[in-house]
Formats: sequence, structure tokens, C-alpha cells
Amino acid sequence: MPSSPARYSRSIDWITVGIYFLMVFLGWLNVYAASYSPDAPSNAFSLSFSELMQFNWFKQILWIGTAVVLIVVLVVIDYKAYDTFAFGLYGGMILLLLITLVIARPIAGSRSWLELGPVRLQPAEFAKFTTALAVSRFMASTNLRHQSWRDHLVLAGLTLLPPLLIIASNETGQALVFGAFLLAYFREGMSPLILIVLAAAGAILILALLIPKLWLVGAFTVMLGVVFLFNSRVMRHHLPLALSVWGIVVGMVFGVDFFFNNVLQPHQRKRIEVLINPSADPLGVGWNVTQSKIAIGSGGLVGKGFLEGTQTKFDFVPEQSTDFIFCTVGEEWGWVGSSVVIVLFMTLLARVLYVAERQKSVFGRTYGYCVASIIFFHFAVNIGMTIGLAPVVGIPLPFFSYGGSSLWSFTTLLFILLAIDAYRKQDLVR
Amino acid sequence: MQYLEGRKYVVQAIFLVVAMVFGARLFYIQVLDGSYKLAADRNTLQRIVQTPYRGLIYDRNHKLLVQNTPVYDLMVVPREVKRLDTARFCQVMQMTVEEVREGLKTAKTFSRVKASPLVQNLSTPELAAIQDNLIDFPGFSIQARMARAYETQNLAHTLGYVGTITPALMENPKYAKYQPNEFLGRSGLESFYEQQLMGRRGVKYRMVNVRGIEKGAFRGGEFDTLSVAGQDLHTSIDIDLQQYGEMLMAGKRGSVVALDPKTGEILAAVSAPAYDPAVLTGKGMGNRYMDLLNQKERPLYNRPLGAPQPPGSVFKLVNELVALQMGTVSPATGFPCNWSLVRCTHRHEYPSNVSIAIKNSCNPYFYQVMRTAVMRGRSRNAREDVRLGLAEWRRQVMSFGLGDKLGVDMGSETKGRIPKPEFYDKLYGHHGWNFRTIYSLSIGQGEMGVTTMQMANVLATIANRGYYYTPHFVRGIGNGGPLPEYQQRHHTTVAPQHFEEIIPGMQQVVDGRGGTGNYASLAQFGISMAGKTGTVQNPHGADHATFAAFAPVEDPKIAIAVFIENAGFGGNSAAPLASLMIEKYLRGKVVRKKWEEWLPGSADRFVKHH
Repeated sequence: MPSSPARYSRSIDWITVGIYFLMVFLGWLNVYAASYSPDAPSNAFSLSFSELMQFNWFKQILWIGTAVVLIVVLVVIDYKAYDTFAFGLYGGMILLLLITLVIARPIAGSRSWLELGPVRLQPAEFAKFTTALAVSRFMASTNLRHQSWRDHLVLAGLTLLPPLLIIASNETGQALVFGAFLLAYFREGMSPLILIVLAAAGAILILALLIPKLWLVGAFTVMLGVVFLFNSRVMRHHLPLALSVWGIVVGMVFGVDFFFNNVLQPHQRKRIEVLINPSADPLGVGWNVTQSKIAIGSGGLVGKGFLEGTQTKFDFVPEQSTDFIFCTVGEEWGWVGSSVVIVLFMTLLARVLYVAERQKSVFGRTYGYCVASIIFFHFAVNIGMTIGLAPVVGIPLPFFSYGGSSLWSFTTLLFILLAIDAYRKQDLVR
Repeated sequence: MQYLEGRKYVVQAIFLVVAMVFGARLFYIQVLDGSYKLAADRNTLQRIVQTPYRGLIYDRNHKLLVQNTPVYDLMVVPREVKRLDTARFCQVMQMTVEEVREGLKTAKTFSRVKASPLVQNLSTPELAAIQDNLIDFPGFSIQARMARAYETQNLAHTLGYVGTITPALMENPKYAKYQPNEFLGRSGLESFYEQQLMGRRGVKYRMVNVRGIEKGAFRGGEFDTLSVAGQDLHTSIDIDLQQYGEMLMAGKRGSVVALDPKTGEILAAVSAPAYDPAVLTGKGMGNRYMDLLNQKERPLYNRPLGAPQPPGSVFKLVNELVALQMGTVSPATGFPCNWSLVRCTHRHEYPSNVSIAIKNSCNPYFYQVMRTAVMRGRSRNAREDVRLGLAEWRRQVMSFGLGDKLGVDMGSETKGRIPKPEFYDKLYGHHGWNFRTIYSLSIGQGEMGVTTMQMANVLATIANRGYYYTPHFVRGIGNGGPLPEYQQRHHTTVAPQHFEEIIPGMQQVVDGRGGTGNYASLAQFGISMAGKTGTVQNPHGADHATFAAFAPVEDPKIAIAVFIENAGFGGNSAAPLASLMIEKYLRGKVVRKKWEEWLPGSADRFVKHH
């Protein structure tokens, strides 16, 4: 417990707190703009509470208010509790996911929402910070570099169990987020080869869809041949390796179709097709991507101005206050506003990494990296999909998108790190 | 473990690369690529064009000829028709069940989602009966538009008609602003003065949401423009004279043009056979147009401007004037009526001067007049002499507005033809022809083509003693005058005194004893007239009858040319017809009922059958 409130407040990382509130405020402004209707009564004070509850911007105020209460609770709790109860929380979250799977009513094709009276919660959102705590705890108790195979398996299990349950509830987007943990593991000593192989596999998949397969195989073979010519002495020693890499790549190129047609579900396949060619499904998923790009693209350099966006306001952009909130930013604030948002995210991420690096404990540092990686993954996929650089995956933009579950989840994720950070000096004893 | 700390830079680099890619991509789609802005406008902006009120058309005495009337189409969007109470619908719309079924079927084949007309051209009372009930029938709506309405049953060729724009016209840059299915003037004055009659379109920009529901004016209507009504046309047509002319020409093929020589204003332009302008408006217009188009008599053909013919003997006047100007003949010149040169019309007294020659329309006389004018010994080679002479002769003839478009305010005007030496070179070879080849031109026959409008203009020129104003239909646009080109005098190459020299002969034609145009005389009313008959040889059938005149001689108020196909000798039909028109115009009424009753009907009656 803090020895005095004053000392405690000095140890809180106020820079992160400042960025957080700035982002939440800007997010609220854009939710307001996205849900603002010129036809609605202009004087919000004349409306009753239940009338106000029809507006996302009003509900978002309530979510922000509760998030502030949440912050106070999170930083007042003894920082050691996060360490101590990491596995307990994780277990509770798994249980919650299982319960959700059983009792949830399907909403828009997914069984991932728990309904508590008027409030709807998505437990998948809370799987992020609990999993982050659990794997950090596990990482701190063993040393990744010297882990046994059993430890590796346990870590993989901890990381994969929540996304599997989430996939079972048909929320693939939220499950993909768990891939972000790889960045944290990389920082803690995971072989970079895994990242490289994954990136290469992704690149091959995209290329195989974009250019004729034989060209791709030809080009790769020529590349390998050139490397062989210039390093023939070294390569001869590793001939079996080179041949098997060649074999795997060729297999992947030709396996793409199988993966595409038999592993992916039709709607997922469509999202990737649309990424490559938005006119493939002009009224379905392609509509979302096209309209989203039109909204952002029509913003110009400085945007159309607050509340002046037409594409978002007139419902051309779907999910405009949740997953596609960045469209409002792009349309009303233009390239300048979009850049400000990107710079804000970069500043936050840089600060979180800085905070993570100054932790004396492996637990704190790993958790910090998990926080940065999760926020980064959301940022990259969400904005990427609105500008046609990533497939349409339904995950929110942290702090900006409308919604209580995601705001609480990211708030918890971030402020647990700040709570741990505030006591980092006391960690010296450990 | 220390070496792992370097990996933080790798993580930072990954973050930074993604952020920079996003920044660059956003810069591209937001700042560099303008197509997204256009797409956004296409999404939300609805451009509503307001068609302005089309200008009205009046005659020279401010009688309204063409106006606008609202018509209503009952439109249906098949997809939006729900739970149609057919029995009640039929009762309200005054339609049978079969008609409704058929109409809906046709509409469905056109489009299920777009509005198409179920009943067209409902009048205002018909509309009032159904309008209040319309709310009970989802999917049905009323679309109002303006259509042309005619206050006259005459003048159809000149007025032209208004119809929807064709794909071919859409290609024309002149009509770049027109939307598919928009109405425009398709012929006649409606087409020539389209720009003035049309006015300026108003444009309203409305914003719509993704479901097409209107969300208010774009930027408070900053870019909206009001429509400006089209300008009225004040034509120079005397609609009573026009109607009278059409009545006289009924049952015949041919044309009549009457001009005011002092201004070039067209008083009447009759094209026979004629049709009622109302035929080309309203419901079933397309079918009626095809009917007219396919008729053997070709009623849609605008003959006064579009049908050049050899002018016949009337052209002898131009021939004489050119020779007088060249000085190769004088008014006192006499030539023998030598039938070996060319057959004459009839046996007559010796043409010892120009007046006797004109009165008797002596063919050999004007043969010799032209020969003096063309063969002037410019070259030792007689054939070259004719070539040089014809070129000079043609230049002077064309100064009367012949052989080229006059520039009348009508798109359908043709040039006619006054042949060049090169024309005969092509037919017979260079120096392969001589005066004997071209002598028919001297009496207005042969390879020559002149429209009735051009012929009337020649008479106006003679009436003015040497100049003309380009004939035109419109003397006032809106509150202004005619187009500026109609206020310029065009002088012929012939000096005024030579016109005075031929006019006495022309008066003799009408009022002289034995004159070819005696039937045209208005001497009983004290009106002096100068005229010339013509009988145009026609290889396909009976001769065409022509007559051209102006009156009164001392202060000409009207010049007229009449061309009646296959009516034989010009003096029998064309001359009295022109005379009645002049009487009507100058006196406001016609007392010679005998002629008036005799003239209408088929042309056959005027031809003597041997």
C-alpha cells in the first residue's frame, strides 16, 4: 500500500494517463459526430434519460464515467494482487468464456455476448488482460531461455486456450488478437525465426492470391538459385535444408487454394478476396470497404469539419461508431486529423514500451509488452481495414470505438500496467 | 540477458513502419486521389434539374400560336405496389381490370424499381378526380410536366415539334447539357431557337442518405440556381394569311412563300400537304409521327425551304437583269421569236423590247439575252468563251441569293443549284460543251434548282429595286428584335435602274392585254401588281405551275412565290392563288369568292388534257 497519497501520485506515470484521457475524449467527440443526426432535437437537456439512452454518444459518457471509477479501483488495489491472482483471474475468465458459450444468445452470428439486464458484455474483451497477466506471471516464474519443452507447451496452452474458446463462439477477430503475444515473447527471448516464418507465410499467402502461382514459384526458384551460385560452398553443406525450404514454399503456394477454399469459412474467404479486389463483392463486404475508403478519402487534407461528414452521417458507412469509427476521423478531420490519431497511438505505444522497459521484474516488463502488443494489433488491423490494407476483421479501435466492454477492457489493460509501474521501486526487494 | 534489450528497437521499428505505411496510404487516398471525393458526392448529392417554362410563340399580330399546358402522367413503381385493391383502383382511375393488368405487366418489363408511366397525358380535371385517392395506393404517383399546346392548326412545318432527345442528338456537343429523355425542339423554329425557347435550367442539390431519403439542401442551397423561363418568339407570320394559304393549297403538293420585302420578314410559308401541329404532341405521338413519315405524299417534308426545283420562266427576270447590268442588252433591245433556237410558249407579237418579251414570256428572246451575256468574246475559243462567261454570269445570279443557303432561321434549308462551268466539265469534259448545252438555264430549266423561298426573295429584291434582307420567321426574341444578321441589307450586283427597266413588263404580265398572268390582276381594287408566270417542264408528269409577284408596285408590301406540282400552266392556278393571297394580305378580306372556291382541291383540274 502507498505510504502516502502524495508519494503515490508522484509515482503514477501521468504522461500515459494524459494520453489516455486525450484519446478517450477525442474518441467520444467522434462517436458523437458519428451518431449525431441533424434531424434530432438540438437541445439534449430537454430529453429524458431513457430518450438519451438511445444515443451512443450519451451511453459512451456513461461508459467513460464508469471507466474512471474502474481506474481508481485498479490503482488502489495492492499491485501485488495482480501477480498473486494472475492465474486465478485467468481461470475465472476461462470459466466465464465457457459459460458464455453455453448461455449466450446469438447476436449477429456470434455467441459471445453476456446480457445482464440492459448491459451487454463481451467476455472475450476481458480475456486479453487476464491472459496477459497469466502469461507474464508464468514467464516470470520460469526463464523462457531455459524453459523445458513442457514449459513451452504450458505457455502455448495458456496463450491458445482463450482464443480457441473465442473462435468457438464465432468471434474470430477477437481471437486473432492473441497473435499479438508473440511480440512480447519475442522481447523475452523467443527465436526471431518464428516471427520471420510467420511473416513469410503471410506474404506468400497474399502473393499467391495476387500473382499467378507458376510465376511465383519460378521467381522463388530463381532467387534461391542466385543465392546458391554466390554461396555455393556454404549452400552445398545445407543442401537438404535449402531443398526442403523450397519444397515447403512450393507446397504453400499450391496449398493456398486448399486453405482458402476448405479451411476458411465463406465469409472469411470473402473478406480476403475483397481486400485484394473491393469490387469482388460490391454490395456485401466490398460495400463496407468501398464506403469506408470513400468516407476517409473524401476528407481531404483538413477534413470536412466537425459534424460535417456526410458519408458517415447518412449511414453509408456501416458500424460507424464502433469498428469503423476511424471513418469519422478521416472524413471530418482529414489527413491532418488522421495523422494526429496515428501519432497519438505511436506516442502511447512508445510510452508503454518505455514504462515496460523500466520495470525491474520480468512480470512487469512482459505485461507491459503484452499491453503494447495488444493495443498495436488493434490499431493496425482496425485502421488497416478502414483504408483497405487489412481484411475486414471486427475488432474495435482502442479508446475510440463506441462500446463499454472494449473501453473497460483497454482501460483495465493499461491501468494495471500503471499500477504495477507505480510500485516498481518497491520491487527492488524481490 | 542484456543482449535481448536490443529487441525493443525491433518492436519499435515494427510499430513505426506500420504507422508510416498508414500515414502514406492516408495521404494518398485523402490528398492525392480525388476520386474518393467524387464518389462521396455521387453517394450523397442528388442533382435535381428544374426544366424551365418554355418560351411561347406568337404571330405578327401577337396572336398566340404555341403555348404550354400541364399534363400529368400516372407513374407506377411495380416493386412498391402493395396489396392493390384492384376493384377500387379501377373505379377511381376509370380503368378496366384488363387495362390495369396490361399496364402493370408492361411497367414490370420496363423496370421493377423505376417509375414508368401507367397512364399518360391526364388532363387537370382527370387528375383532380384521382389525386386524393392516390395515397391509398402505394407505388403509384403523379408526375407533372409541361407539354406544347397549339392554338393553331396551321404552320406545322415552320413551328416544328418538341420531342425527347434521341441518342444521336445526345452525341451533339450543342446538346451536351441534356439528360436522356429530356424534351427539346426537334424541328422547325422549336429546333432553331431551342436555346432561346429553352431558357436556363434550374439546379437544386439535395443530400440523400443511404436509403435515398432526402436530408436537406446541400450547403444551405448555396449552389442552387433558379430556372429562368425561355424567351418568347414573335414571328413575322400572319397566321390568317398562313391559314388561308394552306386552305387554298389543300389537296395539292407544293409551296407558297410570302415576304415583306421591306424587312425580309416571312408572312406565310405554306408547305402542302400540311398537317395539324397537334398531331405531334401528346399520347401516341411516336406512332403518328411514323404514319406521317410513311405517307406517299411526304407531309413532313418542308417544301418551301427543302425542295429546290427548276424555277421555270420566272427566272427569265434574273437572266434579263444580269444582261442589263453587263450592258449586253438594253430595255429597247429586240430579238426575233426564233423557234429554231428554242420552242416558244405560244405564237405572239414580235418582242421588240423587254416588256413585250416578259409579257409573252418569249423563250427565244431570253435565249438570246443570255447568249449575249455569256458569250462576250473573252476568248477566241468559243467554248472557253462560254466557260468564262458562265462563271461571271453565275456570280451575278448568285448575288440574288440563289444557289446557296439564304440563312433563313430554319435548319432544314437547302442550297439549290446554279451550275458552275466545272459542273458541265464533269459531265461533258473540259471544253466538251458549248452554249447549246446550257441554254435551258436562260429560261429557268435544266440543271438549275431554286427553292420557293429563294424565288420569293428574288421578287422581294426586284420590289426593293436591288437589295434584300435575308428572309426570316422571327422578328422578335423576348423583348428584343430579331437576330442581328436579319437587319443587314444584301445588295445584288445589278444597279437599281435596271430593276425599273423590267418592272413595266412584269406589270404587263398581270394587267396587260394578253399577259400570261391576267388571272392575277387586282386592278379592280386599284392595286398594281408586277409578276411573272412559269411553267416548269417535268420529265415525270404534268408541268409544275409557278407564279411570283409583288404588290403594290409603287410601294411594295408583299412579295410572293407559288409553286404547285403538276398543275400545268402557271397562269391558270399559281397566278390566281398568289393574287388571292395578296388580296387577303393587303385588303384583309377576299371578295373574289369564285377563285376561292375553285382553287382548293387536286392539281389535276388545272391541267388541260389533250
